[in-house]
Amino acid sequence: MEKNLGKVVGVNGNLLTVEFSQPVVQNEVAYALVGDTRLKSEVIRIRGNRAEAQVFEDTRDLQVGGEVEFTGELLSVELGPGLLTQVYDGLQNPLPELAEQCGFFLKRGTYLRALDGEKQWEYTPVAKAGDVLRAGDTIGTVPEGLFTHRIMVPFSVRGKVTVEEPIAAGSYGIDTVVAKLKDEQGKVREVTMTQRWPVKMPIKAYAERLKTEEPLVTKVRIMDTFFPVARGGTYCIPGPFGAGKTVLQQITSRHADVDIVIVAACGERAGEVVETLREFPELTDPRTGKSLMERTLIICNTSSMPVAAREASVYTAVTIAEYYRQMGLNVMLLADSTSRWAQALRELSGRLEEIPGEEAFPAYLESVIAAFYERGGVVKLNDGGTGSVTIGGTVSPAGGNFEEPVTQSTLKVVGAFEGLSRARSDARRYPSIDPLESWSKYPSVVEADDLAAGQQILRRGNEVGQMMKVVGEEGTSIEDFIVYLKSEYLDAVYLQQDAYHEVDGATSAERQRYVFERIVRILKTKMTTKDKAEARKFFQTLTQVTKDWNRVTDGSDEFKKLEKQIEQMLAEVTVHE
Amino acid sequence: MNKVYHRIEKIAGSVITIRASGVKNGELAEVTSRHGVSLANVIRLEDDMVSLQVFTGTRGIGTDSKVRFLGRPMQTAFSDALMGRIFNGIGDPRDKGPAFQDNMIEIGGPSVNPAKRIIPRNMVRTGIPMIDVFNTLVESQKLPIFSVAGEPYNNVLARIALQAEVDVIILGGMGLKYDDYLFFRDTLEENGALSRSVMFVHTAADPTVECLMVPDVSLAVAEQFALQDKRVLVLLTDMTNFADAMKEIAITMEQIPSNRGYPGDLYSQLASRYEKAVDFEGSGSITILAVTTMPGDDVTHPVPDNTGYITEGQFYLRNGRIEPFGSLSRLKQQVNGKTRDDHRQIMNTMIQLYANYKETLEKQSMGFRMSDWDGKLLRYGERFEKELMALAVNIPLEEALDLCWSILNDCFEPAETGIPTKLIDQFWPKKKADAPRAESARSGDGEGDETKEEEKIEEKVADSKKEKAP
Ligand SMILES: Nc1ncnc2c1ncn2[C@@H]1O[C@H](COP(=O)(O)OP(=O)(O)O)[C@@H](O)[C@H]1O
Ligand SMILES: [Mg+2]
Repeated sequence: MEKNLGKVVGVNGNLLTVEFSQPVVQNEVAYALVGDTRLKSEVIRIRGNRAEAQVFEDTRDLQVGGEVEFTGELLSVELGPGLLTQVYDGLQNPLPELAEQCGFFLKRGTYLRALDGEKQWEYTPVAKAGDVLRAGDTIGTVPEGLFTHRIMVPFSVRGKVTVEEPIAAGSYGIDTVVAKLKDEQGKVREVTMTQRWPVKMPIKAYAERLKTEEPLVTKVRIMDTFFPVARGGTYCIPGPFGAGKTVLQQITSRHADVDIVIVAACGERAGEVVETLREFPELTDPRTGKSLMERTLIICNTSSMPVAAREASVYTAVTIAEYYRQMGLNVMLLADSTSRWAQALRELSGRLEEIPGEEAFPAYLESVIAAFYERGGVVKLNDGGTGSVTIGGTVSPAGGNFEEPVTQSTLKVVGAFEGLSRARSDARRYPSIDPLESWSKYPSVVEADDLAAGQQILRRGNEVGQMMKVVGEEGTSIEDFIVYLKSEYLDAVYLQQDAYHEVDGATSAERQRYVFERIVRILKTKMTTKDKAEARKFFQTLTQVTKDWNRVTDGSDEFKKLEKQIEQMLAEVTVHE
Repeated sequence: MNKVYHRIEKIAGSVITIRASGVKNGELAEVTSRHGVSLANVIRLEDDMVSLQVFTGTRGIGTDSKVRFLGRPMQTAFSDALMGRIFNGIGDPRDKGPAFQDNMIEIGGPSVNPAKRIIPRNMVRTGIPMIDVFNTLVESQKLPIFSVAGEPYNNVLARIALQAEVDVIILGGMGLKYDDYLFFRDTLEENGALSRSVMFVHTAADPTVECLMVPDVSLAVAEQFALQDKRVLVLLTDMTNFADAMKEIAITMEQIPSNRGYPGDLYSQLASRYEKAVDFEGSGSITILAVTTMPGDDVTHPVPDNTGYITEGQFYLRNGRIEPFGSLSRLKQQVNGKTRDDHRQIMNTMIQLYANYKETLEKQSMGFRMSDWDGKLLRYGERFEKELMALAVNIPLEEALDLCWSILNDCFEPAETGIPTKLIDQFWPKKKADAPRAESARSGDGEGDETKEEEKIEEKVADSKKEKAP
């Protein structure tokens, strides 16, 4: 086939203007040539006989008159067995393989295949010759680590297809033709173990979308109890720098009760990904007894990597998430930080000289963010099974002020808001989720009445605390003072959680229900003490003992002993009416 | 190639535009006017229009000035002979030494493959307790000092550079006051460190575009040294000037500003420099210490704000001290578990008590009654500030930890500190723990004494407040 070639007529940062003569397609991939190097780019605007393309690389040395090769293919990823445990850049280049080839530094224009073409997989056919299938239906399976990886009818297939010549069980590479599919027009297409899919299009090969109602346990108490996340739901974590967004994402990536975690490190520090990269292979996942890395995939487009690929990275991540969802798995996508992707859009929009919106973000920011989070959800698959994609994104608001476009656009579309507060992180009250500002539309893991009681104490305690700043302890009644101490107690022993402690760091849903019920009983108890000093002392000790309680394994002797101790302490101050 | 152009179409700010063909993005050119020769590089191509930023600025450039393209991008020379030398922002000698033409290296090169990075593991000792004890600096860290103008940030930088055990020091000065430049030069020289230093200095009087080159040139040279197994410390001061230089060019190029006039890519621009900090597996390392002055003492200003999102923490310099609140070393936990068993506990306890002290100060200023506990905190806070926070303090980590115990011992009962019994047994100064009677005798002192002491403290606190008031 003849190549569709164009010529560079302008270079502005990473934006290329290209003159073309044959048809070009919006969002198709084009390569700009610099000597022997081919720089990947994506067409993002077409006007007359000129197309503008964002280059996913440094544009140094490009010149007017330089050749550009249009590919006709939209920006896509390769889907197939072997994705898990990989570390990719935003364009799905495997970074470890790239390092083997290029050494310490990234090299522009070097693109490697995402999947290993040599590796042999134990293939088991599922569909038989003559079976009639639809897009997304299973043709066969291969074991991939912990999972049964389904080889599916390509999602791009329309209507019904008939299976022909399925291969027998055996050991094959991913490029082996596993079956032929004949469509209703009689056209036959060969299918291998991999397929390509354009990242900006949601995969829709399922029967229907279901309601998100089942809690997704993260083992972070303040989240699961107060601001829960649902399986297939979406949430955001906005917070100023240093408030604990990344640490919270890292904790979630370890403990969340899902099958697969996809970490999208989008435009933030490389060092933080390195921690995941180097530590996960060494950590054991208590659910499976295998290394945590086996359920993890990292998309890594950190802050000094090409800006345009940052935008691609979140789409690459969500597309792979949807792919595994199609296998009936629960997938969690953690993006850190979505603001960097929004900023990439802003940079581009500026170069395109579009009319800027608030803080110079493009006017379409909101719809782009909405469309991204809409890719989360629970779906019923064609075979009746279900799968889900849960999306959690951090937001890095300028100046830590939530009244900015990215935070506001995100809040409109997500189901839970875990807002981090500078005051809480300064006071080392981790995780620093603000218990008064945050919200969630999903069901909690604890009883609704208990939750309401807890929330009320937090609100009232805050009121008393505010008042005390004005009138001092002297001017506060002992009843109010005790309310204040109760809220501080709830904060200290429940909302705060030591991320680095083996036991306290991850609390199961059962334990949360058990412990929270008891704590609420304490909060509801009417108490009497001689004076405020005694009240403070009582709560100090109670806090100490309850924290110790948090640090012991549930059901252990120590656990029961401490629980009894708490009850005894409580009995001493209880008012019996 | 090397074609010469004689007609300049447009001159604005530091940018000129000419009609030319066959020019590469980023290519270097020589602009010759009646007032001299300057380098320039290509920053935009639009059909046959080529925009270049002129390193020395456009003053004196005429529409008939000569532009000659050099066919290569901006580069800088690298060799061991750079040590002990002082250059301007684009690598021309500032001292009397010879210029270098050989072994030219690319600047602003590609970033390190994240898969090749390792988890940082070595502490950098500074002798400053507020750093060593509370926010430990780690080899390969990127960390700015946030400061208002007028604070002794350059002194702190120089001190850390001299104290740190590194092989090479690279100073990148941006918009430096001439006096500060001389200060760095003389301090390094007097301490015998100039011979392992390379300085790239842009002073406030030099052209804007040269300021823009300083981080790239400094870091490119640093990278080469690091690849030769050297531990390199890069000092960048002041990154706010660098950001302002970027702002100036962006406005000239009629880019749409995103926030207070700064271009939308401020974050990416800063990140691509800071992310050069690295520990190469099996080779050397680059640690970056920078200064970010905060206009109007406002940490939400775009430059400190974007910086904070990029760097691995920050030191807040205020009133001549590194503040414990707001200061953060995100890498401290990588190393402070391996220093001494009491390090982490001391770090947490001392800060929590200092936070309590601050609350007490607030209560005091509201006129609320001071309890015994408040009295203890006031005594503690004052010693903390004087003996640990003051920048004059220069002691090794271990001595600083001992000092912390001694302050705790003088101000509190062990149980009041919340330190686990195991550590108390091991580290609490023996004299006091062994002599509980002396303690009880003291606390049993007459009421009068207690109040007197409290008053004294209140006076002192009031005094120190007065001093601080601007
Ligand atoms: N849950 C936590 N427990 C203990 N320390 C924390 C926690 N969250 C954050 N931190 C501290 O705060 C620092 C910054 O956290 P990080 O998640 O990197 O912030 P952000 O991503 O919001 O900038 C960490 O290096 C750590 O020292
Ligand atoms: Mg972060």
